Amino acid sequence: MSLVHEIDYGTPASKSEKLVSLTIDGMSVTVPEGTSIMRAAMELGNQIPKLCATDMLESFGSCRLCLIEIEGRNGTPASCTTPVAEGIVVKTQTERLKQIRKGVMELYISDHPLDCLTCSANGDCELQDMAGVVGLRDVRYGYEGENHTKLGKDESNPYFTYEQSKCIVCNRCVRACEEVQGTFALTISGRGFGSRVSPGMDEPFLTSECVSCGACVQACPTATLNEKAMYDIGTPEHSVVTTCAYCGVGCTFKAEMRGDELVRMVPYKDGKANRGHSCVKGRFAYGYAAHQDRILKPMIRSSIHEPWKEVTYEEAIAYAASEFKRIQEKYGKRAVGGITSSRCTNEETYLVQKLIRGGFGNNNVDTCARVCHSPTGYGLSQTYGTSAGTQDFDSVEETDVVLIIGANPTDGHPVFGSRLKKRLREGAKLIVVDPRRTDIVRSPHIEASYHLPLKPGTNVAIVTALAHVVVTEGLVNEQFVRERCDWDEFQDWAAFVADERHSPEAVEKYTGVDPALVRGAARLYATGGNGSIYYGLGVTEHSQGSTTVMAIANLAMATGNVGRNGVGVNPLRGQNNVQGSCDMGSFPHELPGYRHVSDDATRSTFEALWGVPLDDEPGLRIPNMFDAAVDGTFKGLYVQGEDILQSDPDTKHVSAGLAGLECLIVQDLFLNETANYAHIFLPGCSFLEKDGTFTNAERRIQRIRKVMAPKNGYADWEVTQLLANALGFPMTYTHPSQIMDEIAALTPTFTGVNYAKLDELGSVQWPCNDEAPEGTPIMHIGGFVRGKGKFVLTEYVPTDEKTGPRFPLLLTTGRILSQYNVGAQTRRTANVAWHPEDVLEIHAHDAENRGIRDGDFVKLDSRAGSTSLKAVISDRVAPGVVYTTFHHPVTQANVVTTDYSDWATNCPEYKVTAVQVSPSNGPTQWQEDYENLSRTSRRIAAEAAE
Amino acid sequence: MSHSTAEKLVYMANQIATAFSAQKHAEAVEATRIHIQKFWDPRMRSKIAEHIAHGGEGLSPIAKEALEGLQAAKAA
Repeated sequence: MSLVHEIDYGTPASKSEKLVSLTIDGMSVTVPEGTSIMRAAMELGNQIPKLCATDMLESFGSCRLCLIEIEGRNGTPASCTTPVAEGIVVKTQTERLKQIRKGVMELYISDHPLDCLTCSANGDCELQDMAGVVGLRDVRYGYEGENHTKLGKDESNPYFTYEQSKCIVCNRCVRACEEVQGTFALTISGRGFGSRVSPGMDEPFLTSECVSCGACVQACPTATLNEKAMYDIGTPEHSVVTTCAYCGVGCTFKAEMRGDELVRMVPYKDGKANRGHSCVKGRFAYGYAAHQDRILKPMIRSSIHEPWKEVTYEEAIAYAASEFKRIQEKYGKRAVGGITSSRCTNEETYLVQKLIRGGFGNNNVDTCARVCHSPTGYGLSQTYGTSAGTQDFDSVEETDVVLIIGANPTDGHPVFGSRLKKRLREGAKLIVVDPRRTDIVRSPHIEASYHLPLKPGTNVAIVTALAHVVVTEGLVNEQFVRERCDWDEFQDWAAFVADERHSPEAVEKYTGVDPALVRGAARLYATGGNGSIYYGLGVTEHSQGSTTVMAIANLAMATGNVGRNGVGVNPLRGQNNVQGSCDMGSFPHELPGYRHVSDDATRSTFEALWGVPLDDEPGLRIPNMFDAAVDGTFKGLYVQGEDILQSDPDTKHVSAGLAGLECLIVQDLFLNETANYAHIFLPGCSFLEKDGTFTNAERRIQRIRKVMAPKNGYADWEVTQLLANALGFPMTYTHPSQIMDEIAALTPTFTGVNYAKLDELGSVQWPCNDEAPEGTPIMHIGGFVRGKGKFVLTEYVPTDEKTGPRFPLLLTTGRILSQYNVGAQTRRTANVAWHPEDVLEIHAHDAENRGIRDGDFVKLDSRAGSTSLKAVISDRVAPGVVYTTFHHPVTQANVVTTDYSDWATNCPEYKVTAVQVSPSNGPTQWQEDYENLSRTSRRIAAEAAE
Repeated sequence: MSHSTAEKLVYMANQIATAFSAQKHAEAVEATRIHIQKFWDPRMRSKIAEHIAHGGEGLSPIAKEALEGLQAAKAA
């Protein structure tokens, strides 16, 4: 095994279909028109010396190292900025070029510290390489004159250093921040000899606008911007290509290793989701995997009031099996269940649902998608016939109008956010429907054409109003609808949305949005070319989440924006494997592949392979499990890789449900909040320690690869297998590839998926079968999976969560860039430097009325409960709306959220809670009580721990 | 929102019925029935059946008709 070296072609590939032939160093080469000579040479294997060029960035032509000669042309042009031309003859190495390059390098090195042997980039430095390439042997100028070699370091960023003395001002970092990330946080300050890379207005990196995506570090050809891990550990010696375990973008990384120590995660250019880019989480925030809080030994206890006792796997598994058997004998077969994790692999979620259906003998299996994108599954299945988004991420490069509803991609899905911003800078138009003025609404070189700042809970009203404009102003793509959709249903729908009560003017009283903005946005989406819709949890986490998804699907069909590149309906999935966990049959009514448990033919195929009869009745969803536990009919729960106490709404109800269980098994990296109520703890395994696959938001199935042995002894799938065997439901897998083979054998959309193909192609998007052996990047081409697209009537029903005198404000919750979900991973990394605690964003008007100043501690009350946290005065929220995150258990934001939920799926209404905010002196009673419970519940018996 | 299971199930059934109420009455009843049949665990359906047996207080007409249809289908 060795380092995976990707070829750097120096400049990006041309997309031209016209080919050009030329001669370079006596060799013929044919490349697309618009290709640089530098890239054409590299296609031949001739690496022209370079410093300011890299193929992640547009050519710049500043370093003067990549000069060439072209027969019949004067001078020595830069090969990075000179495009190929038919029939030209190029020389990349002549006596004149050698002398020029050596002279240029001599100048660079005359202002560069000569500490190569102790430099963190020793062996990983393009400047060092180029000095060797051009044959530089001495520097005639000496080091006595004015230079930059004594400039200091900025070590404020927790993950990388900025060592100014080593900067050659090639601009790669500045351009990476602009072109790849789109933040524009870096610039070159000063002029001439005084030119220096500067974060913001000569600020430290940490306090500048830098989002720590790592693009600048990746681009830097010297040690100027370098990972601190390279200082601490040294250079890596081998690497393994794997997939990030954070959000649903599913970035591909090279895990660069020294022995079994992870040195750094480097984004992989061939990654089809990220195309070589990364964010602060995937690039840097992996330290949680080696955090001291990890629990590496199984533990048991008979009561949550007792300290944990460390035991062997054999003891823990035997105890778990005996408890679940006891409970089922006493309370019935359906008294137990389990929850799969969207952070675990496809193979692991498949195995957990198999254990529950085959080993427990019921369908009480659910997954955390219940609380995020279950309405997506329902809504898109009803309208299009598939519980998934329609496009690949590359599709954004062909879009003309982007409609973002209830999503904050620059924070929640930052790598896709960067790709989206790039397209917007190229000229695509943007419409944002969001109560908050998120960063994408207005950021450097980007401004939304329309921002519809609707009141929380009125999505259906606004999307139906958009449809009203489309229908009543004659903007329907009738040809598309007649060809691909049910025409009768369309006519019913058109008559429904055309009713005056759905007009922008009529719904303004609910939405608070200027009707002129709604009309303008609808016209732009319908007539602006390829229209694409991207949406997130701001759509799904409402009492009408499923209705909004269907309203979005209606809008896309009516305008003909489905079934080709650049358009479509794109749910931005929260966690890394939300799509996969749903695909794998994690819902209580569906077997893998979204087939209902009552379907005899489907069930029989599983029964034949698994060798057990299967229940034909749907099981409990997560909120129903809590209700049943409070009711006393549900007594045992196996939770793999989820922290339902912190992530699910109405914490008091969740804790009451968990307290009602006689046996709660938690399998996790850490003693999470849910584990406070657990009786058995099974240590979890990080994504670095196991093999498997994740499926991202574009249905892309990607490998994760083991780069070190499991610190806890077993991969998660192995622990599930141990439990299944102890329960008398035999499993004998020796590798996750065998589990994938079984999935493929049972799931029509996966029949062509196997590890050999994934290794060969890098990834595939389902459906992947005989009809589409290399997968399906874009769905519904030529027709919908369900046959005719179905238009659904979407009546707006206001939420029952009402504001009033006691609770006059609306709370909406979300997440930020540096933290992830309940923070179990990111809180255990240096990402806390950016977000050490949850805060409440409140408009100045609301704050002033309550005597609240910026930074004050405030109490946040709702009908469900109360918590306290610091207030931040912000104009990103409108008057009457407050916003917070749920990353920190100290805050427990979900103590405040209610158990209102989506009518179709029970997805919680996190985004709308009526609250009051008042000044506070400290934690609420709940917070103090919970802190006590948490402290006592996490005790580990001393004698066993020693 | 109450945490009494029966009350919660009534609320959920009414929510489903309301979501389908834009359709013609018979279609809305059938869609509500199918939805509950497809997504509710047997103990939830038993609990709401008990509630119907005691008069079905609080259920909207569409929800009540759908749940009665569910009972009839089960009996048949």
